[in-house]
Amino acid sequence: MSNTNRRDFLGMSFAAVAAVGGAASLVGMKQAWDPLPSVLAAGYTTIDIAKADLKPGTPKTFKWRGKPIFLLEMTKEMVDEANSAGLPKDYHLNIGDKTYTLVIGLCTHLGCIPAWQKTKWKCACHGGEFNASGKQIFGPPPKPYVVPPFSLKGTVVKLGETGPESKAMMAARA
Amino acid sequence: MREIKILVLLSVIVGVLYWGVEPFAHSQMHAHVAEPEYTFDDVDDVRAGKTGNVDAGKSLVVDQFQCQSCHSMTVDGKQIGASMNLGVVTPDLTNAGLIYDERYLAGFIANPAKASHVEHKMVEGKTHPMTSFDLNYDGTFGDDDAQGVADIVAFLKSIAPKELTNKEVFQDACQRCHSIKYGDFYGGSMAAKTPTDSITNYMGKTPPDLSQYIKSRGDEWLHEFINEPAKHLKGTAMPRVGLTQEAEHQVVEYMTEVGESKKAEREALAGPFLGYLVIFALFAWLWKAKIWRQVH
Amino acid sequence: MALINESFFSAEGLEKRLAGKKFWKVMMTEYWIPKDINFLWALGVVLATTFSILIVSGIFLLMYYKPDTALAFDSVNYTIMQEVSYGWLFRHMHGVAASVVFLIIYIHMFTGIYYGSYKKGREMIWISGMLLFVTFSAEGFSGYMLPWGQMSYWAAAVITNLFAGGSLEAWGLVEWIRGGFAVGDATLTRFFMLHVFLIPLVIIGVIVLHFYTLRIPHVNNQTSEDIDYDAEAEKYLAGNKKESKVIPFWPVFLSKDFAVLGLFFIFYFYLVFFNYDFAMDPVNFDPANAMVTPAHIYPEWYFLWSYETLRGPFFDMFGMKAMDIGLMIFGLAQVIFVVFPFLDRDPDVLPAHKRPKFFIWFWIMIVDLLVLSVYGKLPPTGANAWVGFAATGMFLLLWVSLPFITKSDAKARGAL
Repeated sequence: MSNTNRRDFLGMSFAAVAAVGGAASLVGMKQAWDPLPSVLAAGYTTIDIAKADLKPGTPKTFKWRGKPIFLLEMTKEMVDEANSAGLPKDYHLNIGDKTYTLVIGLCTHLGCIPAWQKTKWKCACHGGEFNASGKQIFGPPPKPYVVPPFSLKGTVVKLGETGPESKAMMAARA
Repeated sequence: MREIKILVLLSVIVGVLYWGVEPFAHSQMHAHVAEPEYTFDDVDDVRAGKTGNVDAGKSLVVDQFQCQSCHSMTVDGKQIGASMNLGVVTPDLTNAGLIYDERYLAGFIANPAKASHVEHKMVEGKTHPMTSFDLNYDGTFGDDDAQGVADIVAFLKSIAPKELTNKEVFQDACQRCHSIKYGDFYGGSMAAKTPTDSITNYMGKTPPDLSQYIKSRGDEWLHEFINEPAKHLKGTAMPRVGLTQEAEHQVVEYMTEVGESKKAEREALAGPFLGYLVIFALFAWLWKAKIWRQVH
Repeated sequence: MALINESFFSAEGLEKRLAGKKFWKVMMTEYWIPKDINFLWALGVVLATTFSILIVSGIFLLMYYKPDTALAFDSVNYTIMQEVSYGWLFRHMHGVAASVVFLIIYIHMFTGIYYGSYKKGREMIWISGMLLFVTFSAEGFSGYMLPWGQMSYWAAAVITNLFAGGSLEAWGLVEWIRGGFAVGDATLTRFFMLHVFLIPLVIIGVIVLHFYTLRIPHVNNQTSEDIDYDAEAEKYLAGNKKESKVIPFWPVFLSKDFAVLGLFFIFYFYLVFFNYDFAMDPVNFDPANAMVTPAHIYPEWYFLWSYETLRGPFFDMFGMKAMDIGLMIFGLAQVIFVVFPFLDRDPDVLPAHKRPKFFIWFWIMIVDLLVLSVYGKLPPTGANAWVGFAATGMFLLLWVSLPFITKSDAKARGAL
């Protein structure tokens, strides 16, 4: 009987030792699935707005981390509309006297890329609509476009690291 | 005990097989070569004991011979000179005084093909793109030439930095001809500086990409080869470049950083990993002994 | 009545539906193995474990490997070896396990030969085992091609060339196998399919067959005694564990397996971390170049002995070309071990040390295979060629003599 207990104890400890090894292996395996260093490093994209050749009222699309980025220089009408809708100044990106919408161009419903239709974005997948400020105005999207993390130096936007401007824009949407 | 006897017998058989198939067979395939030597004795010290004068050297390089017509270099904080000649990227001379052995440098300036051991390629009217040094264009190498060479070497040493990173040595000494793409896999900045067609045409063969040469050739072979290419590859197109021992060490270090970057991690993990396995084996044996005690 | 009334959510209900306890008894606690065994008996489980290591490490390699001649080399030597977390570990484990598995297979095979575990009812185990050797060989060959280094390419070129059949010149067959005039992208991708999908499936199927055919005649023992399993099992179950000649698979047999595995892991992982050139040859760290054959090419160590039989006859004989003779012997070498049970004319099952002539035959065979292996690696010039020739001749002689010497032993013992 004491024999059995001793064997059990030893058997249990052996099983525990083996389990530790198994757990460590699983941790290693999990890490093998982590995004590669090159993928993480490539997560920064720079856009110089001054050189982007933007036409007010017509957005341009850039790519960051494999996703579309919408950059729109807002017209006076668009800015007035935003003000009368009660959106705070921080809702947009303000550089000098120009106002921009800078967002990830994926519908917040299920991720399709909406198309620009003169004054607003229309999503073909389920009919969602976003206005020039990027706010959802029709259909299933539950939230406005997501603001990407970016830092601003002069007119140069660096997507991938958070700066005060993007922080404020995200807070304005919270 | 019988099991010990079986294990010993097995170990002997496997040991003989391993020895025959690995160390023995490989020693038969690769002849032993002499160790690398960094005195470059075969190159007579053409300076013949003369002391070099830096200013005289500078004048020779920049004014008289205008080496910058083919070679770029940084003099007085300014980069001067061309970096290409006849389609091939020429060596920048800024670091030459640091990474190349000065005796070799002297011999090279005096007679490039001889010092770099590529005379065997200078056939059918082919000449080295860099002419042998001849101060007064009198066709012979005399005392004045020896002084000129000494001056130039002194000048080159004066403009060279005190130290370089491993990567910088490689870029300087090797990248003109060899790519090492793993050095910047996604960016492509470690491609060979000379376009492939040009360098293949110039050398006769395409210099291989060196990304995995630390794995395919190994440390020892690389030192032997870089120090004297003809040792391992008779009649090779690769010139002997005359790196100092320190600079050569840096090149091989860089190749290890690029080709075997996880070496340190592997060596660090080995201890704890094998340590764990010893514990595992210990517990396994204890448990086995307990169980088998009941049946014996 | 096939209906079960006990609830699905109860212990008894689950037991009635899955028969887990019964399964456990049949497969583990009442699967009887002889007690008189040594550590060599653990090698079956060691093989199963090594195969599992190959599958798991293979799964992780598969996530990053690119089966394309332009991308394969870098996907292995840059992405996996230098970017993926522990990618280098999975690659080293996979390469070293692929080599070590053959070491264990050979020891396991010759243990079977030594103790006569291939006859009198165990022929199917032997044949399924040899089938595993062949399928593992194919798996190893196809896997070696994948890194697309110089050895990968030239091994593929040389071995696919063999299918021309020497003087038969069946080049059409060679091109069909390759999917092109020379070894190329089509060859790589099809061998990728074989390596990752088809051959592993076949191996798993044959392993099941191997285990199945083992149960009926039971595992052999050190004295090759024919045990009355029912009687001995009864003794054990009655509590006479020390008198019984048998032990249950779980926990007794497996506890010994785990102990042997523990030591095996130290040996195996030492190689993984510090000494892996034998499994990952330096020549294969040069990217494949169809225009340049390396100065020295050779197969992996476990193929060397049969490779040497191919090179052994190096001059024309008996009106046949050397190449054809070599090809025939090489072909024979691949299959001759399969018919071992039928060449052995001794009706008794005994360990080799109880069969005097067979004992000598056995050790000469071991030495001959060692010589063939070592000389298979050496450049086949001068004296080496003659040693290879002699060793190949000895190999053939051994097989021809097997029926006679086994019959002789049996007669001397009075069994024939």
